[in-house]
Amino acid sequence: MSDTPDSGLVQLLTPEGERVEHPDFSFPGDDEMIAGFLRDMVIARRIDSEGTALQRQGQLGLWASMTGQEAAQVGSGRAAKKQDYVVPSYRETAVAWVRGLDPVALSAVFRGVDLGAWAGNDGNFHPYTMVVGSQALHAVGYAMGITADGATATGNPDTDEAVLAFFGDGATSQGDVNEALVFSSSFQSPIVFLCQNNQWAISVPTTRQSRIPIARRADGFGMPGIRVDGNDVLASFAVTSWALDRARAGEGPAFIEAFTYRMGAHTTSDDPTKYRLNAELESWKLKDPIERVRAYLRRSGSVAASFFDDLAAQADDVAADFRSRTLALADPLLEDSFDLVHAEATEHIIEQKAAYIDYASSFEEE
Amino acid sequence: MAETLTLGKALNAGLRKALESDPKVILAGEDIGKLGGVFRITEGLQATFGEDRVIDSPLAESGIVGTAIGMAMRGYRPVVEIQFDGFVFPAYDQIVTQLAKIHHRTRGQLKVPVVVRIPYGGGIGAVEHHSESPEAYFAHTTGLKVVTCANANDAYWMIQQVIASDDPYIFLEPKRRYHDRGEVDTESEPLTLHAARVAREGSDLTLLCYGPMVKTCLQVADAAAEEGRSLEVVDLRTLSPIDMATVVTSVHRTSRAVVVHEAQVSYGIGAELAARLSEQCFYDMEAPVLRVGGYDVPYPPSRVEEEYLPDLDRILDAVDRSFAY
Repeated sequence: MSDTPDSGLVQLLTPEGERVEHPDFSFPGDDEMIAGFLRDMVIARRIDSEGTALQRQGQLGLWASMTGQEAAQVGSGRAAKKQDYVVPSYRETAVAWVRGLDPVALSAVFRGVDLGAWAGNDGNFHPYTMVVGSQALHAVGYAMGITADGATATGNPDTDEAVLAFFGDGATSQGDVNEALVFSSSFQSPIVFLCQNNQWAISVPTTRQSRIPIARRADGFGMPGIRVDGNDVLASFAVTSWALDRARAGEGPAFIEAFTYRMGAHTTSDDPTKYRLNAELESWKLKDPIERVRAYLRRSGSVAASFFDDLAAQADDVAADFRSRTLALADPLLEDSFDLVHAEATEHIIEQKAAYIDYASSFEEE
Repeated sequence: MAETLTLGKALNAGLRKALESDPKVILAGEDIGKLGGVFRITEGLQATFGEDRVIDSPLAESGIVGTAIGMAMRGYRPVVEIQFDGFVFPAYDQIVTQLAKIHHRTRGQLKVPVVVRIPYGGGIGAVEHHSESPEAYFAHTTGLKVVTCANANDAYWMIQQVIASDDPYIFLEPKRRYHDRGEVDTESEPLTLHAARVAREGSDLTLLCYGPMVKTCLQVADAAAEEGRSLEVVDLRTLSPIDMATVVTSVHRTSRAVVVHEAQVSYGIGAELAARLSEQCFYDMEAPVLRVGGYDVPYPPSRVEEEYLPDLDRILDAVDRSFAY
């Protein structure tokens, strides 16, 4: 692997939409599966643009856009099996979508009505963690628990479990991510780390996080590190499937760097025109993860001509539903907060709750 | 059955009991396996329960607590050891922003029954970062419960009680009392976890203390008795939540209170007690609540720690000042 920024990437679908071979990885699915990936990516991008719009209209306090990262998220997310546990960072809109999470669970967080109460959802999709990199350790601990349960490396790929943990390029500078890599390697835990290198940690480029391609760091922790074209959904799926299969089989952790690009701002709070050149954005638009799949499917003729229009309409419907239900979210009650501090309530907080309710109700009577 | 054990051996027995009674209990930390911990609190446990239940961790405190959180999410009950008080801070972020908050954040859907054991406090002639009393940092964080034992019986029972609880706990062990012997009653029902205990009854003034200072305060009460003063000693046992009912009952009767802890006096547990007593006992009291604690300086070089730590003379001086009102 040489050190140029985009060298050594596993790619199975070019930006022009042509399938290419790779010596180590191949995409096992058919065109129907690829069309399904396109559907996921288009809908996720539409949810994302609606989230940004809702923030601009004052309906959300914040939104973390992932436009540009659909292939990395859909490819890896679809590689996880139902029994796998997926631990996101806070930008995994498309992963949430493929794990079956209601997107309103996400907007509830950014609207300020909830802190991420979707734990226990059927999609095994862990709540967001806003502190950068913290979740990598939780993911490893969970994977250690899978091992302790004997729920992996039994030889049955239909039931063996693994963890898929997401974080960004900036998070690789955090101590917690490095400690997570140490623990997972030491205990050979069934986990795959999926680093979405979207080139920017808010306004700071990846070069300020690492002098070498981030995937090469994996070598120092004793696990394979693979760089994949994160704008190529086929390659993202193939590489993540390989790593998860390996983890479930008891062969230990792996580190994937999905080389991609965040087309929008870090969140709606920053302005990327202040820290990066327009030419960079334009060059990445040519590598758009959605356009290359569209081009491929058009050329292959495996979907009906109406497929793309139907999909656009479907995405608009999802977005409209997302919008209307986001706007209908009820504010939480502060009094419920008191009940949720501990699993086993304390006298002190029970008394404080009663005092709060007394105080609050004194206004209602006026 | 009652037997006499050191506080350290009582903790070991309590941990052994917890490991025996619940297969989901897992111990982790630096050097806790073959070595049995630098204070030997986990001695022999790995030999009995194996390397998968008594885990020698990589040297990374944030990693130890962070992975314990993940294990708890998977249904385990991890009990992690931080080797010394001053080394908890690399894990402070995981404890404060994650461990304390996850139950609330997920509206109770995730429980994280993690116990963080920390040998704490001074008086053993140790080097920097080995003698601190960080309890107020944790007591100030909602979502955490903070407890400390002062004798062998409490050590044996309280460690089992916190492990059995569904909440995250900071469990502070008074390291200079590890070798103190006491009677452990393994048969009869233990005291409720969050109850304070009147360690010595008295009528003239209440000494409020916990952990390593309980023994010191009992000595103070002995000395004061010789001067004809009857001091009550209340061992808080739980620092968050504080059992105010017991505290108020005592101060209501004695009408004077002195809080004693090793931690620096400002912004500490003593401040909390003084504030609450002024709210709840104002008209019962003959004197303001006084505090005796470490000075507001970093923990000093150990050659002068005896002057830094509250001792009989400083506490008796505060008692005198209370009576002077």
